[in-house]
Amino acid sequence: MTDLANVNEQQGYRAPRNQWWDVWDQFKTHKGALFGLGFFVFMLLFVYVGPYLWPIDATYIDIRARNQGASWAHPMGADQLGRDTLARMMAGGRTSIAVGLTAMALSLLLGTFVGVIAGYFKKLDGPLMRLTDLFLALPLLPLLLVIIMLFRDTLRSTFGPENGIFILIVFVIGITSWMQAARIVRGDVLALKEREFVLAAKSIGTPSHRMITRHVLPNVMSPIMVSATLGIANAIITESALSFLGLGFPSDYPTWGRLLFDGTEWLQRNPERVIWPGLAISLTVLSVNYIGDGLRDALDPRIRGR
Amino acid sequence: MLTFTLRRLLLAIPTLLFISLIIFLILDLAPSDPTASLPLTIPPEVRAEIRASLGLDEPMVVRFALWLQQFFINEPLNLLEQWTGLSFGDGDRTRVISWQTRSPVVDIIAQRMPQTLWVVGTSYVVGILIAVPIGVISAYRQYSWFDQIGTFVSMLGFSVPTFFTGVLFIVIFSVQLGWFPSVYDTTHVVTDWASFVVQLKQIIMPVMVLGLYNASQISRFMRASMLDNLNQDYVRTARAKGMTERVVVLIHVLRNSMIPVVTVIALGVPQVFGGAIITEQVFKVNGLGQLLIVAIQSGDIPTVQTLTFIFAVLIVLFNLIADVLYGVLDPRIRYD
Repeated sequence: MTDLANVNEQQGYRAPRNQWWDVWDQFKTHKGALFGLGFFVFMLLFVYVGPYLWPIDATYIDIRARNQGASWAHPMGADQLGRDTLARMMAGGRTSIAVGLTAMALSLLLGTFVGVIAGYFKKLDGPLMRLTDLFLALPLLPLLLVIIMLFRDTLRSTFGPENGIFILIVFVIGITSWMQAARIVRGDVLALKEREFVLAAKSIGTPSHRMITRHVLPNVMSPIMVSATLGIANAIITESALSFLGLGFPSDYPTWGRLLFDGTEWLQRNPERVIWPGLAISLTVLSVNYIGDGLRDALDPRIRGR
Repeated sequence: MLTFTLRRLLLAIPTLLFISLIIFLILDLAPSDPTASLPLTIPPEVRAEIRASLGLDEPMVVRFALWLQQFFINEPLNLLEQWTGLSFGDGDRTRVISWQTRSPVVDIIAQRMPQTLWVVGTSYVVGILIAVPIGVISAYRQYSWFDQIGTFVSMLGFSVPTFFTGVLFIVIFSVQLGWFPSVYDTTHVVTDWASFVVQLKQIIMPVMVLGLYNASQISRFMRASMLDNLNQDYVRTARAKGMTERVVVLIHVLRNSMIPVVTVIALGVPQVFGGAIITEQVFKVNGLGQLLIVAIQSGDIPTVQTLTFIFAVLIVLFNLIADVLYGVLDPRIRYD
């Protein structure tokens, strides 16, 4: 009789590993994704920790420094009222990234809910997918502009000028971008339902809600995570576009898109006022897209481990 | 195929009706008053008369039905009369009237349409012309330096929003170098070579901004679709028959790879119109997008409603075209 431990040693037994370690190993091989992750973490630190290191307030007006170029006192210059651009970039990034994250969370929640329900319950599949198709046929950018224009003042007076517009923008971006996630999740749930472990779970009498939370949801996590990264990128771009069209956040509550929009009037005098926020938006979105690319590869079991 | 197309066309009607209802409800239930921007000195009874003259005192159902009749029956009949010279009925039909200018919305849209179509159309064609060769070469030489640079540039073009590239182009080419004008002049008429050069100079920046954005999206699809096909058995067969590499790639693989790409191109058309809203704002083109923004800012509900609905019609129409094209191009797909 052979010793089990001996056999394991001979065959090069590997300690059982968590699936997420494998995912991370695969993720590490994608250089762009790693770089993107690094940059995104840097951006998060810049907007959340930065204000502690850079003490100038984003709303502090130093009228003597107005329209100044880059200097040691103001590394990114100052705007027409003498507010420090670096501090405003941090404050703007905080709003932009917060909008991106919350809008993504809302749209994923909606998308996953609709996708799982449509895929799991056959009766609801038809109506829910028709609804999804209908939302896909709506002209989103014009509708977003219209909704924000019409509801802006009411929400502002109800929730205060800052929270009102934040809630409105997160809400409209969330309810207009859940459709892709819902379609992908539904497809995956439909395929999962045919698998043996689902049949086994059903045959021992697992109720539907537990089936969904224990067996279905963990198995559709990978497409959800990939849509999450793409959702952040999409939400940041949409918010900036709205602010750029003058229908997003007000000027005293800056976001990167708003800073860019305000900067276009001073294009000839201080082009860097446009370039900094533009670079911040573009690089953040680029890094998030690369993370998404890397995640897609890392979460695909056919690619992983090769 | 014909029955499928007909069925889809019939299905498009309730979809469009429903979308028009949603747009109408959003605009109608919004807590904003179209007379709010008028001076406060106007007495309330005059204000009520203004509201009545805008047709706001009718119940909602009546207004929706009226808009439907005006948009779907009256305006098409007017267009038909203009095109054919025939007259239908007494010609005394109510039209969708803009609250800003008090002129028919459809006439304003007809005035703004050419600018948008020129900029958007040229940029889409430029985008396709750039994207297809890049996608083909990237896929054929996968992981070569060309592919690496190509995928990076397309990722970049896909991530950088058009309002930043547009402004960046203005900073570089208008402010610093002074090569191109930053404002698109729509009154410019091309009569001879010199004026054609001026037109070329003013259109090149908006077209490149939108074109590069479209190209980066299409080239990703083109590359993926070429890669799918390059490993298929029929490619090996074609090579084994002794066909030249050129024929294999450009005739066999390219034609098959174009099937999904063509549908993606068709699906992208309405999005390009949406994206043109931003580009038009950057370069001050007074096209449809600019009309929409101005109408939204001044609370001109009939114009907003009509324009948004036209965008919705474009989406539904091009979805249908994409589906039909897919069936026509790919004989493996049979809808019936």
